[in-house]
Amino acid sequence: MKPYLLEIKDLCLSREGRVLLNHVNLALKPGEIHVLLGLNGSGKSTLAYTIMGCSGYTPDHGQILFEGRDITGLSLSERARLGITLAWQEPARFEGIPVGKYISLGMKEPDRQRVIEALEAVALPPAQYGYRAVDKTLSGGERKRIELAAVYAMRPRLAILDEPDSGIDALSLTDIERLIRRMANEGCTILLITHRDELAEIGDSASLMCLGSIAFVGDPQETRRFYRDHCRLHPTPPEPLKLGLEPKEGQS
Amino acid sequence: MTHVARIPSPSGDTAPAWAGELNAMMEAYRQAGGDPSALQLPQVATLVISANQVLVAHEIPGVHFEAESLPHGVRARIWVEPHTHLAQPIHLCFGLLPAEGEQDILAEYDIGEQANVRFLAHCSFPNAIKVEHRMQARIRIGRQASLTYSEEHFHGPHGGTVVIPKAEILVEEGGHFTTTFTLTRGRVGDLRLDYLVRVGANGVAELVTKAYGKGDDTIHVREVVTLDGAGARGLTRTRIAVQDKAQSRVDTITEGNAPGARGHMDCTEIVRGQAQASNNPLVIVRHDQAQVTHEAAIGTVNRKELETLMARGLSEDEAVDLIIRGLMR
Repeated sequence: MKPYLLEIKDLCLSREGRVLLNHVNLALKPGEIHVLLGLNGSGKSTLAYTIMGCSGYTPDHGQILFEGRDITGLSLSERARLGITLAWQEPARFEGIPVGKYISLGMKEPDRQRVIEALEAVALPPAQYGYRAVDKTLSGGERKRIELAAVYAMRPRLAILDEPDSGIDALSLTDIERLIRRMANEGCTILLITHRDELAEIGDSASLMCLGSIAFVGDPQETRRFYRDHCRLHPTPPEPLKLGLEPKEGQS
Repeated sequence: MTHVARIPSPSGDTAPAWAGELNAMMEAYRQAGGDPSALQLPQVATLVISANQVLVAHEIPGVHFEAESLPHGVRARIWVEPHTHLAQPIHLCFGLLPAEGEQDILAEYDIGEQANVRFLAHCSFPNAIKVEHRMQARIRIGRQASLTYSEEHFHGPHGGTVVIPKAEILVEEGGHFTTTFTLTRGRVGDLRLDYLVRVGANGVAELVTKAYGKGDDTIHVREVVTLDGAGARGLTRTRIAVQDKAQSRVDTITEGNAPGARGHMDCTEIVRGQAQASNNPLVIVRHDQAQVTHEAAIGTVNRKELETLMARGLSEDEAVDLIIRGLMR
């Protein structure tokens, strides 16, 4: 049996009295595509940011293991250097940084051919996009494709793709699916986060997140069925009432 | 009195007395980001001023220079004949080579009707310990004419330069004015930029200013755009980064004074270390069919931008550096 590339053990994260991750357990084998399904607000992106080590997402409890090594205390850059990366749901924009340069950032050595290949993999003509800035002049869909191209060009060992399908038209979705399969075929492990159950079919395994917990783990078809049959938006639980009367440290 | 000369050829013809100064200016020009070889092309109009001497004034059809030495600088008149369209930009090079000194450039630019020209200006004070450079410019962009003026400065590593660029610009009906002022390499010293642009009917003015202050540099940018004609449009885009104990202050004013006038002010200032930055946008609208907007982001580097780059393996410092360099491009 293959050892896991990523193991999440009993991960908990709370903020301002609100539980965001509630004893999450998840394990990904090398080279697999694992689809994490869940409605908006279920905690999928929170889990992605916590695995990546983003600021404000330090778990209160639990462990993140990468190839058996505990990386819970590593910085975001250190995790990226181990080969973990994240494609943001709404990627940031950068004035004055050309697309070609942005895509090559994750490479150990800049490689023009790989930049071209990555742009072609997301169906963006390199001659048209290579020198454009990654700024506000790009549409949302173009920016998302560039983000995926940058992740692909980096050749990460674990790619967390947060809603790569949002803001992308149905036609382009085929390109995205093809790229995800290509990355997996080249040995990249993928945690694919989505709320569109039809995308689950692309996965080797899937799980369902609900209210900060993993509610179901199974094969993609089963998980998809469970998601469609059982998942409904919960009303957002109210914020705990704060009256400023909480006892201070040392007070009863 | 115009002093017209040509850049000495590398073949080593008998060099005139000023050739050494010119060669030093060419090196300063290169440091400011210019390409000295472009100045040797016969089809390129060129004006090179060092301290109070005009070293080169090379005219081409449609472009004329008149220059006169002053005790501490030069008075220059540059005019472009109507309907002149140039494939190559006009090159201007201003500078002062000694560590101490002062320079006044009193310049008048007249761009004739329907002309379309670009200027590439490089201002270099590479050795400045105590240098003051004062530029006072008056620019007229004629009807339907287009002027793109790109100015890049290099003030050396010591922070001993005071630069006071002042300009009054008139964009006539249907005219188009774009200016980019860049001071991002080396130290700034003390920059006090003060531009006033009046835009006529259907005219366009776009002002882009970029400066990167370090040490105890001070940056003060004041840009006033008055949209006086119907359909006039104006944009100020200011990009400043300050670190160490540098300080920046950006005052932008846009007036919408006519129907259909549209103005926007966009300011981003990144602050690091003990630096300080402020932005004071002022919107004045005097017509009920005009509109002026503004946006500003002052402070630290955006966390999401930082983390996006760090997720590719950059350290936090490398990511900040890349974001600032992008902003200054």
